[in-house]
Amino acid sequence: MRPNRSVGIVGWGAYVPKYRITSKELARAWGKDWKKYAARILVEEKSVPGIDEDTFTIAYEAAKNAIRRARVDPSEIKAVFVGTESKPYAVKPTATMLAEALMIGGEERLTLGADFEFACKAGSEAMQAVIGLVGSRMIDYGLAVGADTAQGAPGDALEYTASAGGAAFVIGTEDKSVARIVGTCSYVTDTPDFWRRQLAKYPSHTSGFTGKPAYFTHIINASKKLMEEMGTSPKDYDYVVFHQPNGKFPLKVAKMLGFTEEQVKPGLITPFIGNTYSASSMIGLAAVLDIAKPGETILVTSFGSGAGSDSFHIEVSDRIEEVRNCVPRVIDFIKKKVYVDYAIYSRNRRMIIMPAGIGDY
Amino acid sequence: MWAYRLNIPSHWRLLSERYRLAGGYCENCGHKMFPKQKICPKCGSEKIKPVELPRRGKVITYTIVQTPPRGFEYYTPYILAIIELEDGTRVFGQLTDIEPSEIQEGMEVEMTIRKVRVSGESGAIAYAYKFRPLE
Ligand SMILES: [Zn+2]
Repeated sequence: MRPNRSVGIVGWGAYVPKYRITSKELARAWGKDWKKYAARILVEEKSVPGIDEDTFTIAYEAAKNAIRRARVDPSEIKAVFVGTESKPYAVKPTATMLAEALMIGGEERLTLGADFEFACKAGSEAMQAVIGLVGSRMIDYGLAVGADTAQGAPGDALEYTASAGGAAFVIGTEDKSVARIVGTCSYVTDTPDFWRRQLAKYPSHTSGFTGKPAYFTHIINASKKLMEEMGTSPKDYDYVVFHQPNGKFPLKVAKMLGFTEEQVKPGLITPFIGNTYSASSMIGLAAVLDIAKPGETILVTSFGSGAGSDSFHIEVSDRIEEVRNCVPRVIDFIKKKVYVDYAIYSRNRRMIIMPAGIGDY
Repeated sequence: MWAYRLNIPSHWRLLSERYRLAGGYCENCGHKMFPKQKICPKCGSEKIKPVELPRRGKVITYTIVQTPPRGFEYYTPYILAIIELEDGTRVFGQLTDIEPSEIQEGMEVEMTIRKVRVSGESGAIAYAYKFRPLE
């Protein structure tokens, strides 16, 4: 897919809470042999939200960084979409809170605003929607955010990876861009690999179903189709970013598609912070933009359970050097960390519930 | 036992203060204040305009809360501080992303938005400014 007028990323920003728990500590809490159980997913530690953090506060931080890099007045942003599967409110948009906090749409708040849900690809889906609005000249700038405080049931395999973080992109016309979004491809099927019912606290997943029919099929199909439409092959890209449910899958899918480890590694962030769900591939893209040089090419393919993938062909432009260092980079967030044990983790995640009438939930 | 309930109309009226640190500016004498007041405490003028204050400052003084009011139990112990913003305006607020053992007078901080209180399982969430250490 290509927009009618050329669009690109005008500003990018990320945010990762500073707390971490190691997979060794998670294994210890549940009496699992870390080497047998957790080491093979290649996630050393994961980010944990602070006790007063949630998807809105994380989205706020990432969006603030993206707007600062974009050097755009928030009043010129006419769409704000937040992709997440951990909305603070089941009904009440996170996007309106973000618009209020950042003055998006100006004093009058003349902006579109909505939350998107598509498991781990809600953020890239928000990017697609903004590309459409800018590309059709309905708006000049839009903000797409992917943010999550991912839920993994205590003791479940997902607990080793489900983490917290956010990434945001201001998307606008090509002339203002740091990277042009040349073409995209989206692909969905009804695949019941992972879900969470309306009032369920934690998601369910079909073991052994999350790999081949879900993650690999969708990423491979969307990426191949995009490269076919663009007339490119894996060697034409300097970097490739895939959704990162663990440290292993992105390397495996890269190999299956014909990419090298060198193309994947700069955007592979999950081994250090865990799977940030809606933010996962977007933080990977942010980390690549943190280091990419003008003229370089990036392929990004997200994956969301349920299931689908969005694939993007991106070309870095000269303007990137001007704005790169004006806000913290992904590596700065990775380095800034404080370890917590399972007790503090349980408290921060509200897994310990205080008696009725005391505390909150 | 009663559960904490957020006063929605008052929270809603104060959103610009709580999300964007909007204070008051006296058009008569130039004094800035937080929160915005109807009458300037310096000159008595009623010509007060809203103004967004700087997001960075330093800790002037603080206290560590060990026995919290209802609704703050999860966050205890937490730090309340008076922050002097870059323009000299003083703001009273909570610190975050910091352990009580790390707090120091003069510490540089920046504004962020965090959850302050949550009204049980089904009530509204009160978000507002807090300050965190600046690296
Ligand atoms: Zn005055």
